[in-house]
Formats: sequence, structure tokens, C-alpha cells
Amino acid sequence: MNTPTAYFEGLARWKPLEIVFWLVLVGLFFVPGVNLPLLSQIIIWGLFAMSLDLLLGYRGILTMGHAAFFGIGAYTAGYLGKFGWTEPISALFLAAAIAAAVGLLAGRLVRSLGGIALLMVTLGLNLILYDFVLRSTELTGGDDGLQGVVIGQVLGMFKFDLYGKTAYLYSLAVAFLMFLIARALVKSSFGLALLGARENIPRMIMLGAPVGKDVSAAFAIAAAMAGVAGALLTQTIQSVSPDALSFQRSADVLVILILGGTARLYGGFVGAFVFLFLRDWLAQLNPVYWYFWIGLLLVVVVAFFRKGIVPSLGVLFTRMQKKRGTDERTPNRAAL
Amino acid sequence: MSDIVLETRDLRKAFGGLVVFDRLNFTLARGERHAIIGPNGAGKSTFVSLVTGLLQPTAGEIVFNGKVVNGQTPQERVKAGLVRTFQINTLFASLNPLESVALALLEREGRAKPSLAKVARESALLDEAEALLAKFGLAGELLTPTNMLAYGMQRLLEVVMAFAMRPQVLLLDEPAAGLSTHQGHELFAQLATLTAGTTVLFIEHDMNLVFRYAERVSVFAAGGMVMQDIPEKVRGDARVREVYLGA
Amino acid sequence: MSSVASILFNGISYGVLLFIMSVGLSVTMGMMNFVNLAQVSFSMLGGYVMVVAMQKFGVPFLWTLPLAFILVGVVSIVLERLLFRFFYGTDDLTQVLLTIGLVFMSIAIVTYFWGGTYQRVNMPEWLTGQQELGGFILERYRIFLVVVGGLLAFLLVFGLERTNFGAMVRACVDNRRAANACGLNTDLIFAVTFAVGGGLAGLGGAMSANLLGLDPNFPLRYLVYVLIVVSIGGMGTIGGSLIAALALGIADVAGKYYFPSIGGFFIYIVTVVVMLCRPLGLLGRRA
Repeated sequence: MNTPTAYFEGLARWKPLEIVFWLVLVGLFFVPGVNLPLLSQIIIWGLFAMSLDLLLGYRGILTMGHAAFFGIGAYTAGYLGKFGWTEPISALFLAAAIAAAVGLLAGRLVRSLGGIALLMVTLGLNLILYDFVLRSTELTGGDDGLQGVVIGQVLGMFKFDLYGKTAYLYSLAVAFLMFLIARALVKSSFGLALLGARENIPRMIMLGAPVGKDVSAAFAIAAAMAGVAGALLTQTIQSVSPDALSFQRSADVLVILILGGTARLYGGFVGAFVFLFLRDWLAQLNPVYWYFWIGLLLVVVVAFFRKGIVPSLGVLFTRMQKKRGTDERTPNRAAL
Repeated sequence: MSDIVLETRDLRKAFGGLVVFDRLNFTLARGERHAIIGPNGAGKSTFVSLVTGLLQPTAGEIVFNGKVVNGQTPQERVKAGLVRTFQINTLFASLNPLESVALALLEREGRAKPSLAKVARESALLDEAEALLAKFGLAGELLTPTNMLAYGMQRLLEVVMAFAMRPQVLLLDEPAAGLSTHQGHELFAQLATLTAGTTVLFIEHDMNLVFRYAERVSVFAAGGMVMQDIPEKVRGDARVREVYLGA
Repeated sequence: MSSVASILFNGISYGVLLFIMSVGLSVTMGMMNFVNLAQVSFSMLGGYVMVVAMQKFGVPFLWTLPLAFILVGVVSIVLERLLFRFFYGTDDLTQVLLTIGLVFMSIAIVTYFWGGTYQRVNMPEWLTGQQELGGFILERYRIFLVVVGGLLAFLLVFGLERTNFGAMVRACVDNRRAANACGLNTDLIFAVTFAVGGGLAGLGGAMSANLLGLDPNFPLRYLVYVLIVVSIGGMGTIGGSLIAALALGIADVAGKYYFPSIGGFFIYIVTVVVMLCRPLGLLGRRA
């Protein structure tokens, strides 16, 4: 019996595959000879892409400047580490808070824009910040980034080691906590309201919904999570470069999210996994022309797998279930 | 006609140099079913957008329940009881009717954003959503994705979502648009019973529907309102014939 | 020569280049709402056509310009027929990703054939050095740019306002569906416009190689500038693109001269402010 109560409970419930997903990430740690530093990068990029998903996937806001928040978090953690505040977890909180504040302002600024104007403003803001960081060499180290970043032990117990063991488990734990927050958010009436506004803004206004405020809030939360991802990167590699907030990074995270699939929360992580492994492999094959293949990948994905990996697998999965006859009536869980 | 729920005073709307209407004085009595008719470009939809705050008037006042609401946002007007539907479906394509109506009720109640697990335990809210959908004949489609619903059902869902806001005045912008004549009559017959007790203002082109369901009619033509009266008088009026025949 | 006049002149000649590179994008975006970031790759391609024609085949500089226009025009129409037209009506994101993918590919392809370094461009004698003109000493090449650019702008505006084809293009920009309903072959009109716009981008690239430098990163360097011209001018308006391109050229040159420490900053801020105040651009109209 699919009563409304059962339906909403079903939406909120953890699916077995979700649990498997996180267990696999934990399990990877114990695989001998695994490339932990690359896996840490994947987790961090995945978290970054998930934060973009809140804006792009759930609210339909195409921002070309998301790296700005990542960079703010990265530099915040970098400055703290450089000037003696070596405790990493409190640094994450600070990075999140500063990125959130900037995100709130940015959201306030762009919330009534759409189309090309939105694209240009977010891109412009990102470029302004990047230009500023590059030019203020005395303040930011310019092109060289911040040197001499010192990060203390996690919880005063675990030192960041050469093999990246601490870095991986630390990144994974933080990413999982962030995921829990994002999941709670998406599976709430706020998440439902974001989806509603993504689909139809006039209707949301006629439901009396504070459409603009919701955008600001979504921006602040997404920015905070991107900031945490940036801070994680700084802490795990113990340095910051201006690449952290380059337009290239904004474009890459977009590609990762589209590759994995939007409005899924997991899309970002899956996309990061595929993108970074592919990049690693292609760059080893040929360090000069590998961008050709990234470009081709983009064209092919856009042309044939516009939905991305996770949703395509989802469709496959439901088809298989149907064949086995266990599928009653697949409610449209696409959005949730 | 003593109890006026909505009126406009010398309302003017111009887009740049193009004047849609000027000095429009319109009244809507509480509890009546009122139709706006007029040729294309007479500003009917613009009027609804002005009243609900989606557009700003160039001059003049909009008075709702005796209060000037010009400065209020559309959302504030919705909370006060002024709700519209749109000529084109404005639904949530990837949400199903149950989610859509639950969202509407959650926004109406305006509570802190509860998790869906909590929503699942809000039996009063879910019962209301289910009852509303059932009332409009959508009980069997609670979980059908909106974009898979038959078109007529989508038009109904459009009304359900507006109705869920418990409006004092419901403004329906061509609710039968895109439906066949038969379906249109069916829809209006349903609406007449379902919205009994609510003040309804609707825009409609089909004169049969207008004269059958409206208690009063306002005729818009380029530049302003030609007349406002009961259907029998409107039907026989020479000016109205002129507007439609373009003589 | 006073610095103000020289900045104005340099800014205008730079603006002319930006205009030629972006005007095609502006018109096609106004017409089909298709965001083609690969427009900057067309410009790069035009630059390489010019360089190869001159160095490998000894074609005189002036003749390389129509060559760049035609070859790049052909390439763009092939891409339009084979790829882009299947993506009309998709969302901005899809188009942005598709065409940025093409930009990445074009960079790798150009690097493969011609290496990653800057190309040396040898201008004919009569276009190098300086020339006195009305009491000012000006670079000959920039005079050439301004003259050719002015001519092109005139031809475009004239062609769009006065010719039959121009009227059809305007009808498509204003309302594609209505134009279609009136029996216009919008498919054909769009393909031709796309080819002309692509060709112009190629021409602009060929003309700019000498001044802006030509290497595989050309598209990424000028992508933002082209987007700024299109968005600030307002999609689908040639006049708007011209004003925006000239203003951007002057602002960029002046900003780098007077405030070298803030440099590119200035134009980004102007862009953000203009977009916030006029989301449709200076001359943009809502369809």
C-alpha cells in the first residue's frame, strides 16, 4: 500500500546502495597498493561537485564561478596554517563560515538573474577574485601561492603522513559529514521548494514561497561546502595555489558534475572518480594532447549521456527490476 | 453589491509608449463568479498580473479588502488570499501531484523546513493534500509524474495548487485553454461546484462558458474596460458587439 | 601625440578586432539562443589559416584575409550542419559544455599541428611602421584595422537594414517561430548567417594575429572578451556589439595604461555591474 505517509517515508529512507557506496569508500583504504593521494583528491573534488549540485542540480542555477568559494576555503585554511593556527578541524569551520558569508552575498546579488546575465556575473565575480589574488603578490604570494603552510594533527592524534593515510580518512570523514547535511537538506521541505523553483518560479511565487531568500540560502550552504572542500585540499597537500580559484576549476567541477549526473548527490562523487582517473591516465599517455580527449569526452557525454552516469545507471537498474517483476510502480524519485 | 473584496482605482499600465489600459475602475464583489472577456491584446492577463503583483502598475491603486496593496510583494498578496493560475501550465514537471500539493501546503503553513521523514508523520497535512487531490478527481494519480498526466488533469492540478492556498479570491487565467469544448464544459462544471463559496475571477474566450457560469462580466477592450454588468445585459449591449465584430 | 588620443586610437583598433570576432556570435545567439563558445576557436583557426598561407604558400597578406573568411566559414557551416543544429533548443548548460569541449579539442589539434609556441607573423612593409595623419603619428597596422573594421561594420549594418536577406535575418532574430510560419526558410537563413558569422570570426582572428599574438591558448585568452561584448551589447544587435566592443577595447587599453595594478579587473567589474543593471545588455530587447 503506497499511502502518502509511506511514500514520504520511502523518500527519506536510506537505500542499500547508498550504504554500499560509503562502505566501498572505506574499504578502498585497506586495498594494498591503492593510490591514496589520488583517492583523497577524488573525495575532495566529489564534495566540491556535490556542493555545486545543490545549486545547479536542485535549483537549476548555472554558475560559472563556483571555484571562487573553493578558493576562499583553500586560502582561509592556508593563511591559518601559515600563521600558526595549525588545528585543522576548527580551520574547516572558519573556512566554511567565510565562504558561506561570501556565498550569501553572491546569492543576494544574482538571485534574480538567469541565462547569459547569470553566466556572465558568476564568471565575472570568479575572474575578479582570481585576478585580485594573482596581482596581490605580497598578500597572497601571487602565482606561487602560499608557502609554508603547517597543518597540525587531526584531533591531536593523527599526523598527516607521506602515504596520505590520514589525509584519506580525514577527507572521507569530512565529506561524509557534509554529505549527511546535504542529504538532510535535499530530503526536506526546503529541498522540495528548491526543486519547485527549479521547475517553475511563477508557480512558487503563487504558493507564497520566498523564492529569492531560498536562493540566497542555497548559495550560502553550497558555498560553505565548497569552502570546506577547498580547505581540505589545502590541508591534505599543505599548500595553496591560485589554481584553486581559477576559471578552469569552475569549468572542471561543472564537467565532473554533468559527467556523474545532477540532482543525485552521488553524481559529483562518481563524476570525480571517472574524471580524475581518466585525466590521470590520459596525462600519462600524452602530457600535451590529453585535453583533446577531455574535450571529446565532454562532447560525447553531452550528445549521448546528457543525464550523466548515475541517472543512466538508475534507469538501467529499474529496467532490470522490471524484468524481474519486482517493480510495482516506480514513483518519480529522479528528483529526490 | 455592497461587499467589495477587490477593486482598482484609475489603474493604468503602459509598457514604454504602449498603453495597455488607462483609468480602469474595476470591482469584484465577495462571493461572486466574475468573468473577464475581451479580444486579444485587451490586457486581460496583464490585469491579473497587476492584481497579483507580478507586474507593477504605472499609476492607480489596487485595493484588496479595503486596503491598498500596491506596495506588497506577490507572496504577501498570496498570504492575504489573492491567488492566480496561469494560462500555460505552471506545474512542477518532475514532482508528482502528491509532492506538488504537499509543497504547496508546506509553503502555505510557512513552518520551519521540516525533513521529509517528519512530513511523513504530518498526517493532517498529508490528509489534506490527499483530500484536495481526491476532490478534484486526481486520487488515482497521486504518484504519477506530473509530465505524464493527461492534459486535462494537468489543468486541474493547476487549479488544485492555487486552491490549496485557501484563497479568498481565485483568479483563473483561461483555465480551459488547450482543452476541447467538451472538456472545457466539464472543467467549468467541476469548478463551479468545487469553488462554491470562493470568489472567482476568470478569463475566458468561450462565450457559452462565460454566459453560463459567470454571475457578472467585465468587458475589456484596447485602452480600458467597456462595461461591467450581469451577463444578460452584456450579451445585448451594442458596444460589446462592436468590440468583438471590430465594426 | 597626447596619451589620451593614442589610448583612444589603440583602444578603438583593439575594439574593432573584438567586434569582428564577436558579431557573428551575437547575431546567432539572438537568432537561435545558441551559446557557441567555439566562436573563439574559429578566430584562432582564421589566424592559423593566415599564417600558414603566408609562410607555406607565400600568399600575400591581403589575400589571406578573404581566404580565412571563406575557409573558416566553410568549417563553421559544416559544424553547424553536422553537430550544432541538433542542439538548438537545449538548455544553456548543454550548449556551453558542448562548445567548450570543442574549444578544448581545437586547442589540442592546433598544438598537434603547429606546436604550442607563438606564431611569428611577418606583415608586408606597407603595414609596418608609423604614419603621420592629421598631426598624429599612428601605427600603420592600426590605421588599417580601423579602416577595414569601419568598412565591415558599415557593410553589416547596411546589409542587415537594407537588403532582403537582412530583413529575413532580423525577422528570425525577433521571432523565429513567426518567421517560420510566414514561410521563411529559417533553417537556411540560420545556416548562412552562421557561416558568415563564423567567417567573420576567422577574419577577425587573421587580422588580430599580428597584434594579439597567436598560439593555441588564443581561444581561452579571448573567450571572456568575446562573451563580454556579446552580453553587454545585447544579443542579436550589431550596433550594440559595436558599441560594446569599442568601449571594451578603450576601457581595457586605458585601464592597463592608467591603472596597471588593477588591469583586467576594471572591465570585469564593469561587466558585472552592467549585467546586474541591464541583464539583457545595453541594447538588448526582450523578444
